[in-house]
Amino acid sequence: MSHGGTLLFLISLMPFIGALLPGIMIRAGRNVCAISTAIPTLIALTMLMVLAPGVMRGEVVQANIEWLPQLGLSASFFLDGLGLLFAAMILGVGLLITLYARFYLSGDDPMGQFFTFLLLFQGAMLGIVISDNILLLLIFWELTSLSSFLLIGYWKHLPEGRQGARMALAVTGAGGLAMIGGMLILGNIAGSYNLTDILRAGDAIRASDWYLTALILILLGAFTKSAQFPFHFWLPHAMAAPTPVSAYLHSATMVKAGVFLMARMWPVLSGTDAWFCIVATTGLVTMVVGALIALFKDDLKALLAFSTVSHLGLLTMLLGFGTTAAAVAAVFHIINHLTFKAALFMTAGIVDHEVHTRDIKRLGGLRHLMPITFVVGTVAALSMAGIPLFNGFLSKEMMLEEASHTDWWNSPYVVPVLATIGALLSVAYSLRFIFHVFLGPVRDDYPATPHDPPFGMWAAPALLVTLVIIIGVAPFLADGIVTAAASAVTGQDLHPHLKIWHGVTPALWMSIIAVAGGAVLLMQHGALEKIWNTLPRPEAKAIFDRLVAVLVATTRAITDVSHNGAVSRYLAIFTTTSVFLGYFAYTSSGLSAPTREMLPVAPVIAVGWLMLIVATASVVVMHHYRFRALVLIGIIGLSISAGFAYLSAPDLALTQISVETVTIMLLLLALHFMPKSTPKESSAGLRARDGVIALGAGGGVAALAHAFLIRDIETISDYHIANSYEGGGGTNVVNVILVDFRGYDTFGEIIVLGIAGLVIYAMMHALLDGPAARRLKNADYDNDRSRDRHPMMMVVVTRVLMPIALVVGLYIFLRGHNEPGGGFVAGLVVAIALLMQYMASGFAWTQERKKIEYHTMIGLGVVIAGLTGVGSWLAGAPFLTSSYTYVHLPPIEEFELATAMLFDLGVFLTVLGAVMLMLYSLSRIARFAGATVNVTPMDYDPSQQDQEEAKG
Amino acid sequence: MELIISSSIGVLTAGGVYLLLRLRTFPVILGLALLSYAVNVFLFASGRLAIDQSPILSKYGEATYTDPLPQALVLTAIVISFGMTAVLVMIGLGAFLEADSDRIDITADDGETEDGGRA
Repeated sequence: MSHGGTLLFLISLMPFIGALLPGIMIRAGRNVCAISTAIPTLIALTMLMVLAPGVMRGEVVQANIEWLPQLGLSASFFLDGLGLLFAAMILGVGLLITLYARFYLSGDDPMGQFFTFLLLFQGAMLGIVISDNILLLLIFWELTSLSSFLLIGYWKHLPEGRQGARMALAVTGAGGLAMIGGMLILGNIAGSYNLTDILRAGDAIRASDWYLTALILILLGAFTKSAQFPFHFWLPHAMAAPTPVSAYLHSATMVKAGVFLMARMWPVLSGTDAWFCIVATTGLVTMVVGALIALFKDDLKALLAFSTVSHLGLLTMLLGFGTTAAAVAAVFHIINHLTFKAALFMTAGIVDHEVHTRDIKRLGGLRHLMPITFVVGTVAALSMAGIPLFNGFLSKEMMLEEASHTDWWNSPYVVPVLATIGALLSVAYSLRFIFHVFLGPVRDDYPATPHDPPFGMWAAPALLVTLVIIIGVAPFLADGIVTAAASAVTGQDLHPHLKIWHGVTPALWMSIIAVAGGAVLLMQHGALEKIWNTLPRPEAKAIFDRLVAVLVATTRAITDVSHNGAVSRYLAIFTTTSVFLGYFAYTSSGLSAPTREMLPVAPVIAVGWLMLIVATASVVVMHHYRFRALVLIGIIGLSISAGFAYLSAPDLALTQISVETVTIMLLLLALHFMPKSTPKESSAGLRARDGVIALGAGGGVAALAHAFLIRDIETISDYHIANSYEGGGGTNVVNVILVDFRGYDTFGEIIVLGIAGLVIYAMMHALLDGPAARRLKNADYDNDRSRDRHPMMMVVVTRVLMPIALVVGLYIFLRGHNEPGGGFVAGLVVAIALLMQYMASGFAWTQERKKIEYHTMIGLGVVIAGLTGVGSWLAGAPFLTSSYTYVHLPPIEEFELATAMLFDLGVFLTVLGAVMLMLYSLSRIARFAGATVNVTPMDYDPSQQDQEEAKG
Repeated sequence: MELIISSSIGVLTAGGVYLLLRLRTFPVILGLALLSYAVNVFLFASGRLAIDQSPILSKYGEATYTDPLPQALVLTAIVISFGMTAVLVMIGLGAFLEADSDRIDITADDGETEDGGRA
């Protein structure tokens, strides 16, 4: 990548990196916070200026990193004249806004947050203007919507702020979605998502059948972002944001994103009738409507917001004309609008800040009280009005010039007349800004005593109006950047010369009419306002709110039907859908012929099968009697483990049978606290429906199983069988797979099991702290209790069995690598042995003799398994590579030691710990429910018999 | 044999789904247990059926073995499904103890909060 490309990358990253600073730096004070915001911006701006001379000469700086090449998504940036213009605007105004906001925000506002959002927005906006990949551009586009949402709603306590933020997000977000569609179409036509490629494919795109669709979708995105009629309504509501945000987002940058996009796509999309009809017309209408509404707004910021709408309309119209001269005018006006409108917003903010109101009706006469603000505001407003020697005049003249020879619908008058009216209204509201705020008599009822703000606050707008005058007097100074940007927009080598005097042209006459008419309009403002207020006007916010309400009602209606809180309904819908999808898949693809002979059925298997079927059917029929159902579940589990044993899966049989035991114990414990029977509450119809669904699902799964059972597969297991002994050192292939080949899976699985145990433990504690604890304490479980809870026979037998069971567990564990067994089964067997002690000798008695906490055991298990895996790193092998050796210790037979065994020990401990923790947690609840603590192993102590009898 | 296995899977699934659609926690848990059986057997069967061909390597020369991989996967699945059942039991038990009802459905009167949103 070139030197410039690296710089470009850094520029794009700088705001995002910088966004991390203000939140921390606010602790060091507001000045430090503002400075830490300014520094990354300043660095980025400096780097941009390093690149600027080359770009101005017509070079294009490019940077590219492949990101997801399969999707055509790459992190590629490019900087041409248009990008340079916008990037400079974004960073330059960003600096000024930082300075302004430092003084604007009060001590109560969380300034760190504000500057973080601001930098995020700056980064997103910068990304839009320098992206070379349209997918990347879309990401940044959405990021601006999101970050502007945060900024508009910055004053969270204001309902207007929240509503305005929501509306802006809804409108621009919806537009963004449309644009994604349009961009994807564009990319597909061009065969690449790279902007540079797309810009070269203009002819193919304009000739494509999909051109109109793509155009409309992309324009929807651009129009919503740039607040074009009829989507203009969100912008005034976004004025609830702090004024620095309005000045930055809603005059200089974000709302220009739509204009930028139209300019960027200009070589590809413009030049067709559709482009002219849609873009120019929308721009024209927006320009006039926005200006008209602005004239009658009393809120300073609302006035400026609608004026911005109007000026954005002007830009859109110019781009819509599709001529190079109009494009030059548009580029020039983008610069001019930025300077005067940002200054005006800041002025409005100053007035609001110092006078505590921005209602024009309560202002006036401020020129003596706030002289500096007056000068700044007046210069900016005169530029907005298009008065000569200010920069607004120049670009407006160019606009009027273009309008004067544009035909619309075969009429040469429509565009010039409407453009003049727009300019006239613009003069009127600009003059109103000056006359009704600053001129007129000094009042005595300001909400606060007006005075000029500190230097830091007026420095930024003052700098901007200086630019207004410099460009206005010496427009040739802007030649360079306008040339570079306009050439980039049009894709042609342009050499415009900006000057003040073009001779007596139609545009000059139109300008004169506009200024004179505007002045007259302002004089008649009072009378006109009365008429305006009596006219019926559609209230955009009301319409929007109603639309949203309808949408919410519709979605809620759908949700209420499909997600009404009835879990059984979701499950029914889900199962039915799955069955139908399966059926669809089955019917739409052919099955190959069966390749496997069916195995013969031994008579005993047939009996087992019958048992399973009857048991399952009985569970379904008798599930109301919960104990009975549990017994039947046990039968089913046992039949299945017998089946595993028969079908060459001894490990599965062992696991199944021990899991079965533990599961039944668990369910029994739980059932102790729950109702012992299920009420019959489903109607016959519902039961029939469920029956049909269940039979459908069962039939489908059976058919599927049968279909694959009678066909062969290619298996990858040959590798495992071939390498089990030589590579893993074990003859039990299943165990070797578990602890070696797929050890990483197993590692994950024991962690899941451990977490499940901890979840249950945590839930138990949460339960015992809540209302459940009271219910438990008050419930009367005594009737369920056996009179002899710890029968002597059971105590004695389990004590005797304990060492035997432990030895069996050890044996199963040790032989696991070569014979059926292993950590899983051993863990379960030992767990059952311990559970027997709990059951026979009582909770407290066993608990007292427990030497190690179950959580610790889970942790130890996971750690041992993990360390075993890490250990293989020391040997320079990948995680969990096992190694083994054979040891011969007389008099014991030669045996094998494998690191896999250590791993299996981890599995063993975790399984044991998790199972015990689960059952222990349930038993804890029993203690809470008032089960007595037994100190002795038996309720009835045989050694005390004589004394009892003696007493009796 | 294949018919036996596939029909068993089918019956277990049907029973499981039916119980899953009941309105109380306990039958739903039982249904899930049945469904777990069905799924485990289904996965196991995907390695095809074989009798007397345990995947324990023979020391005495050549032998054919059944597919060990599905067995290894199902072994952990059995243990994990136990963990899942245990968590579900605890959730069901907790819900019952907190709310004094073991219904699984949120009915209109106890699901709505005061502002009209869902609880």
